Amino acid sequence: MSVPALRLTDVKKSFGPTAVIMGVSLDVAPGSRHAIIGPNGAGKTTLFNLISGRFPASGGRIELHGRSIDGLPPHEINRRGLSRSFQVTSIFPRMTVFENIRCGLLWSRGYKYSFWHLVGGQRALNAAAAQLLADVNLEARRDVPAGLLTYAEQRALEIGITIAGGADTVLLDEPTAGMSRSEADHAVALIRRITAGKTLVMVEHDMSVVFDLADVVTVLVYGQVIASGPPAEIRANRAVQDAYLGAPAEVA
Amino acid sequence: MSEGVARTAARPLAAGGAAGFLRRQWPWLAALVFALVVPWFSFDWSTGRHSGFIVSMLSQIGISIIFALSYNMLMGQAGLLSFGHAVFLGLGGYVTAHVVNATKGGAFPLPLELTPIAGALGGLAFAVVLGYFATKQRATAFAMITLGIGELITSCALMFQTFFGGEGGVSTNRMTGRSLFGVGYAAPIQVYYLIVAWTALSVVAMLLLTRTPLGRMANASRDNFERAQFVGYDPRMVRFFQFALSGAFAGIAGALYTLTYEIVTYDTVAGPMSANALLMTYIGGVGVFAGPVVGAVLIVLLQSWVSLLSNSWLVYAGVLFIMMVTFAPMGLTGLVMMHQPIWRAGRLGRLIGPYLRLLGPALLVLIGFVLAVELCSFLTIGAAQGKSFTLSRITIDPRGARPWLVAGLLLVGGGLWLRVAMRGFGAAWNAVTEEVKTVGTRA
Amino acid sequence: MEVLLVSLLNGLVYGMLLFMLASGLTLIFSMMGVLNFAHASMYMLGAYFAFSVSRVIGFWAALVVAPILCGILGALIEMYALRRVHRNGHIAELLFTVGLAFIIEKATQMAWGLLPVPYRVPPVLDRALFHVYGSNFHAYRGFMLLISVLMFVAIWLLLTRTRIGLVIQAALTHPEMVGALGHNVPRVFTIVFAGGSVLAGLAGVIGGNYLVTEPSMAATMGPIVFVVVVFGGLGSLAGCFIASLIMGLVQTFAVVIDVSLADLLARLGIQVTSTTPLAEVLTMPLPRVGALLPYLMLILVLLIKPRGLMGTRDT
Repeated sequence: MSVPALRLTDVKKSFGPTAVIMGVSLDVAPGSRHAIIGPNGAGKTTLFNLISGRFPASGGRIELHGRSIDGLPPHEINRRGLSRSFQVTSIFPRMTVFENIRCGLLWSRGYKYSFWHLVGGQRALNAAAAQLLADVNLEARRDVPAGLLTYAEQRALEIGITIAGGADTVLLDEPTAGMSRSEADHAVALIRRITAGKTLVMVEHDMSVVFDLADVVTVLVYGQVIASGPPAEIRANRAVQDAYLGAPAEVA
Repeated sequence: MSEGVARTAARPLAAGGAAGFLRRQWPWLAALVFALVVPWFSFDWSTGRHSGFIVSMLSQIGISIIFALSYNMLMGQAGLLSFGHAVFLGLGGYVTAHVVNATKGGAFPLPLELTPIAGALGGLAFAVVLGYFATKQRATAFAMITLGIGELITSCALMFQTFFGGEGGVSTNRMTGRSLFGVGYAAPIQVYYLIVAWTALSVVAMLLLTRTPLGRMANASRDNFERAQFVGYDPRMVRFFQFALSGAFAGIAGALYTLTYEIVTYDTVAGPMSANALLMTYIGGVGVFAGPVVGAVLIVLLQSWVSLLSNSWLVYAGVLFIMMVTFAPMGLTGLVMMHQPIWRAGRLGRLIGPYLRLLGPALLVLIGFVLAVELCSFLTIGAAQGKSFTLSRITIDPRGARPWLVAGLLLVGGGLWLRVAMRGFGAAWNAVTEEVKTVGTRA
Repeated sequence: MEVLLVSLLNGLVYGMLLFMLASGLTLIFSMMGVLNFAHASMYMLGAYFAFSVSRVIGFWAALVVAPILCGILGALIEMYALRRVHRNGHIAELLFTVGLAFIIEKATQMAWGLLPVPYRVPPVLDRALFHVYGSNFHAYRGFMLLISVLMFVAIWLLLTRTRIGLVIQAALTHPEMVGALGHNVPRVFTIVFAGGSVLAGLAGVIGGNYLVTEPSMAATMGPIVFVVVVFGGLGSLAGCFIASLIMGLVQTFAVVIDVSLADLLARLGIQVTSTTPLAEVLTMPLPRVGALLPYLMLILVLLIKPRGLMGTRDT
C-alpha cells in the first residue's frame, strides 16, 4: 500500500513492572475502517492512549502519514490530523452544545489564542458549527449545556467535536458503549456518514457494529495481536474464536 | 451563552439598533448612571463638598471591581486558583507611581488620565514573566506556585529600596499638571470619575474577552483540559495568555490605587490583598460574569460600615467565606441564578413564605454570633486597648456572665429554630422545583 | 568548625520538628487529596493549649492533653465540615481549609490576645545538657529530639505493625482502591485527619516554647511545611523525612552563612558596585534573604520536579 495513515512498529508499553502492550505492529491504510477488538484488559484503550500521545510508549515507533509522532504532546498530534474520542464521554459540560462544536473548530480555522476576534461575529465559523450540529442531529439541543444531554446525545456530540477540526485520521474508543440497539444503529449510521473519506480506527465490543462498519479487524489479546484481516476471515479464525468470540452461534 | 446574544452584542448597532442594545444591557447602563450620580446624594450643599468617606468608599469599589473581575479571569473562567494575584495589582501600582513621578519631573508628558496604561503594561510584563513559570502547572501545584510567588514578591517589596522603596513604599503626587481635559485632580471626586471611566472600560474589555477564542478555550480547558488538547489547543498556552491578560487588568486596578492614595507600599502585593480578591470573587460568584462585581460592591460596603462599628470585620469576613464555601459555593449570583427557572415558571411567589420563615431564626443566630464575637474581642483585645463595649448608650461588661448567657441563648435557641425552618424550606424548595420540572416537560 | 557542628545539631532538631508537622500533612494530602492549609493552625493551637493547660496542671500533663485536644478538634472538623465540603470539589475543600486557617488565627487572637504569650520551657529542662566547643547544647533541644524520635518510631510501628496502619499505607498511594476493597474509608480519613492534628499539636507543644507562641506562628510555619511536603513528594513518608531534615539544615545554615551573591561574584573576579544593575539584589546577604528561601524552594521544586524527591503521585 501507499504510505499507511497510521503505522505502529513493535510498540510496547509497561507500567512499572507490568507489561500491558507487548510488541504490537499495525498498519492502517488511508481511508480504511479499522476495528480493534479483544477481551477486556487486552490493552485496546492503552493502545489508543499511546497513539494519541496521552502517555509515551516504552518502546517501538508510531508514525502518522509516515512521520514519527513518538513523544509528541496530544495537541501536537491533533494538529497533525489525528483526533480521538474517549471511552468515558469527554466534552465540555458547562458550555452549550453549540459552543462545544465551535470550540472543536477554532484551531483548525486558524484562530489560535486570539483575544481580538469576537467568536459571535465570525460568520464562516458559526456557519460551519451550525452545519456540523445538523450533521450530528443535535440542532434541537443547540443552547443546552452539554452536561444536561442524554448519554446518547453526549456521545453524538463527542463524535461531532472529534471530527470538527477536520482530522483525517479518527480514533473512536467504544463509540456505542452503553447504547441500546436502536441508539447504536443511529450511532453507526452517523459514524459511517461523518467519517466518509477519512481513516477510521475504532475500538469496539459490539460485534455487529464491527462486522457492519469495518474493512479490517485486528484482534488484540493480552497486549499482542493474534490476528488481523477482513471481518469474514477473523470470524472464521480458530484462534480468535477460542480466545474471544466463542462458538459462531454466540456472536451477537 | 447563546450565539444569537453573542452575535448581536458584538455588533450592537447593526442588530436591533440602539433600542435593542439598551434593552439587553440595561442593568450595566443603569449601574453606570448610578455610579455617576451617587456621590451627589451625599453632597453637603452648605459646605459645597462631597462626603469624603463616601467618595473614598466609592473609589475603592471601582478599584475592587476591576481587581475582582481580573481575578475571575483566572478562577471562574480558567479554573485557576491563584493565591498571589495582588502581586500584579501592586506591581502595576509601583510602576505607575514611578511613571507619575517621572512625568512630574518632566521626563515625558503623559496625561494623568492615561497613566493606568502604565499600570496595565507593568502588570502585563510581570504576569508574562511570572506566569511563564506558574502556568507550567495546573490545579493545586499552580496554586502553591502562586502562593510562593506572592510571598517572594512581598518579601522583596519589604527588602529592596530601589524599585519598592522598602518598608516606606513609593509616594507620588497625582497633581502632575498634565491632563487631557485640563483637570487638576486635587479633589478626590475628580479621581473618582476617572476611576469610573477606567472601570467601565475594563468591565467592557473583560466582558468582550470572554467572547473571544482565548476566552472560550479558557472555559473549555477549565471544563476538560484533555478534550481541549484534542481540539488542538495546548492548555498550558491558554493558561499562560489568560494569566498574562488578567495581570494586565490587575495592573490597571493598581494604577488607580496609586492615583487614589498617592502611595504604594508592600501591602498592595501581600497575602491579605490577594485574599481580598479571592473573598470578593468567591462570595459574588465565580460562574457568572457579574459575580465579582456584586462581590466587590458588597464586600467593600460591608467592610467600610462594619469597620466603623467594630474591630472584628476580618472575623466576620472569614466566617462569611467559610459559610459560602460550605453551603453556597456558587456564590450570591449563583444562588440568584438558581431561582431563574422558578421565576420563569412563575412559581417564585411560592418561596416567599418559606423565606420569611427563615428570616426570624437567621436574625437571632446572627445577633447572637455578633454578640459573642464582640464580647470576645472586647474581653481580650479591647481590654488591652482600654476600650469598652457600648451599644447606643448601654455599656456591656464582657466580664459579667449575663451578656454571654444572652449570646449563648440566641445562638443555641436560634440555631435549633433555624434547623427546623431550614428543613421546612428545603421541603418547599424541592416541591417547587419538582413542579417546575413537570411544567417544563409538559410545555 | 564549631559553628558547623552547632548549626548541624540545631538544624537536626529543627528538622525533626518540621517532620512532626509535615508527616501529618503528607498523610492527609496523600490520602485525601486535601492540601490542609489549617494544618499549621493545629500546630499553633497545640502551643496555645499547652500554654493554658500547663498553667493549670503543669507542662508534663499538657504534653499529653494538648495534642489530644487538637486531635479531637481535627476529628470534629473532618466529620462535620470537611466531609460536607468534599462534595463541592477539590478547590472548595482547599478554600475551606484556607478559611479555617484564617478563622483559627482570628479566634486565637481573640482568645489569647495579639501579643506573644509567655509559654516557657519547663525549668527542669531549662539548662545546658552538654558543651560543644564552648557553646551549650540546651537540654530542651535534646528533649525535642527525643520526643521527635519517639514519635517517628511510634508512627513507623503503627503503620507497619497494625492493620489500620497497613490500610493507611495502601491508601497513601492508592486511595480509590482502598475504598473499592471494602475498607471503611471515611473512618480511615477521620483517623488520619485526627492523627495528623495530634502530631501537629504535639509539634506545637514542644516547639511553641522553643520558638515563639504568637498568633502569626501558623502563617510563618505553614509555607515551610508545604515546601517540605512538596519537596519530599506525595505518598512518601521517607521522602518527607529527608525533606524535613534538609529544610531544617538549610534554614539553620542560611542564618549563619553571611555571604551575598556579590561576594560569590567577587570570587569569580566580577566586582559589584552601587551602579551595577540589580546591585541591591546582589549585595543582599543570605541571612536577610533567609525568609525567602522556603518560597524559592517551593517554586523550584514545583517547576523542576513536581513529584518531589520520592513522590509516587502527582499533586
